[in-house]
Amino acid sequence: MIASLTMWDADAWLGGRQVLDGADLEVHAGELVAVVGPNGAGKSSLIRAFAGLLPLTGGIARLQGDDIRTLSARQRAERVAYLPQERRIAWNLPAVEIAALGAPFLSGDEARAAAQAALDEVEAGHLADRGVAEMSGGERARVLLARALATPAKALLVDEPIAGLDPDAQLLVLERLKARARAGQAVLVSLHDLTLAARYADRVVVLNEGRVAGDGAPLDALTSEIMARVFGLSARWIEGPDGPLLSSGRYSPGSGSGVRSGSSPDTVA
Amino acid sequence: MSGRLILILSLAIGAALALAVLLGESPLTPAQVGEAFRDPASGPGEVLWAVRAPRAVTALMVGAALGLAGAVMQGLLRNPLADPGVLGVSAVAALGAASAIVLGAASVPGAVEVSALAGAGLAGGLLVLFSARVRAPEALILFGVAISSFAGALTALIFNLSPSPIASAEVMSWLLGSVQNRSWIDVLWVTPAVLLSAGLAVLAAPGLKMLSLGEETARTSGLPMARLRLLALLAAALATGAAVAVSGVIGFVGLAAPHLVRAAVRGDPARLLAPAALAGGFMLVGADLLARITPTDQELKLGVFTALVGAPLFALIAWRAAREWRL
Repeated sequence: MIASLTMWDADAWLGGRQVLDGADLEVHAGELVAVVGPNGAGKSSLIRAFAGLLPLTGGIARLQGDDIRTLSARQRAERVAYLPQERRIAWNLPAVEIAALGAPFLSGDEARAAAQAALDEVEAGHLADRGVAEMSGGERARVLLARALATPAKALLVDEPIAGLDPDAQLLVLERLKARARAGQAVLVSLHDLTLAARYADRVVVLNEGRVAGDGAPLDALTSEIMARVFGLSARWIEGPDGPLLSSGRYSPGSGSGVRSGSSPDTVA
Repeated sequence: MSGRLILILSLAIGAALALAVLLGESPLTPAQVGEAFRDPASGPGEVLWAVRAPRAVTALMVGAALGLAGAVMQGLLRNPLADPGVLGVSAVAALGAASAIVLGAASVPGAVEVSALAGAGLAGGLLVLFSARVRAPEALILFGVAISSFAGALTALIFNLSPSPIASAEVMSWLLGSVQNRSWIDVLWVTPAVLLSAGLAVLAAPGLKMLSLGEETARTSGLPMARLRLLALLAAALATGAAVAVSGVIGFVGLAAPHLVRAAVRGDPARLLAPAALAGGFMLVGADLLARITPTDQELKLGVFTALVGAPLFALIAWRAAREWRL
């Protein structure tokens, strides 16, 4: 089966800095893949390259088998929906109008129906008529997610959707993305929270300096060695009641691997 | 909601036009007004139909053009402070027109108008290039101020180097902004330009709405954003260029008109276009009437009047916008 999102030996540059350096990645329909890595590792660049916002200088990116460069803007939009981390909305539009922008090729009534369904899906149906400037950051994040869910796209590209959200909203967002994957969409999401990545992702891709440093089932990709080398963490997984938990501290290279500078086990947020 | 707003604005414009025709610096008795209606060729008829009416309709068209240009630019740049005056589009259009006048091209039909349009297009293009690279709304305003100042400096240079003080005085007077002594011929060419720009703006409207979500989301939305952006830019430049060519520089209408009606359309940059144009037309017909009947030795220039009222409004909107940007 052709993967929904494929990147092969991808190079990309941004402002004189190489942000992707021979990155390889596949995301299949029905799969939720989490991209993790430290700040500046290239997570956003990887997602933006699939969205067609960052041109590759080498390698190739394919959407459902076709080279992204050969697709028109509308064809791309039918294949991938992109939700950026930036949550600024210029005007005080009602939530339902924002969500309806996910379906610009439907008639007004159909778009509004799709928007309302997507708002209901993220438990924001009651906000439909409220202006986005009168919302909390968490509410606005859900409305913007609804916009991405209202698109007809076969794949979702979601850049740090839970940054700055309260714990309940973080779980809601990841549950909805997981449900979309189960319903057959390909979902690529960048995350900083390794515990949530391990709990929700079918597969974790670890990026470091634009290269894929690990790719596999969450606990296979996030080994103690990778977490020390890529994240500078001295960390190990422990089994919690709701799934794996990360016990971690800052890694001190001078005192050998596995030495913790922190004292209390805590999850990395 | 939108329909009712448009109806109210249209009625307000009708009333303002009627007042603009009936009131003036030379008061007419009811009998004279009656005569004007019976016999348009009579003295009072001349005053009403050949002097006041074309002037009022020109003000309507210029105001509508500026209101539309303001609404389009605010949508395009996602910035409530965008306006053809603030961002320098009017100043560059005026520079184009002033150059044409001083170079003696005023006798060539259409030369001043085309120069004004070219100037507006140039400034609009620079703004879009800049806004594609820099996201901060504050930076764009600063860039617009720089364009405006530079165009103003070049216009001042023209005065400085112009050998003929009479030509300079004419250009100066024109730059202050006025619809005094405009005729039906002016109405005849500015109206199609404004209608064409409105048509372009309507085509670009879905793109303006999509831009509410930001540049990158719009680019991945499937809409042909490059084309829609160009249409919006052409609409704003054509409207501004036409307005400047017929009336000189009239500031702040493009800023204030969209601001007045934005809440009524719940922020939607697409549904904002028609009400903003109508509100701009109404404001300028009203402002011109007030400028005309204000008892002063020299008639108040319309551009001076709108700037006096508009500048404090700009400060107020900037104050509110700054609070939103901090979020």
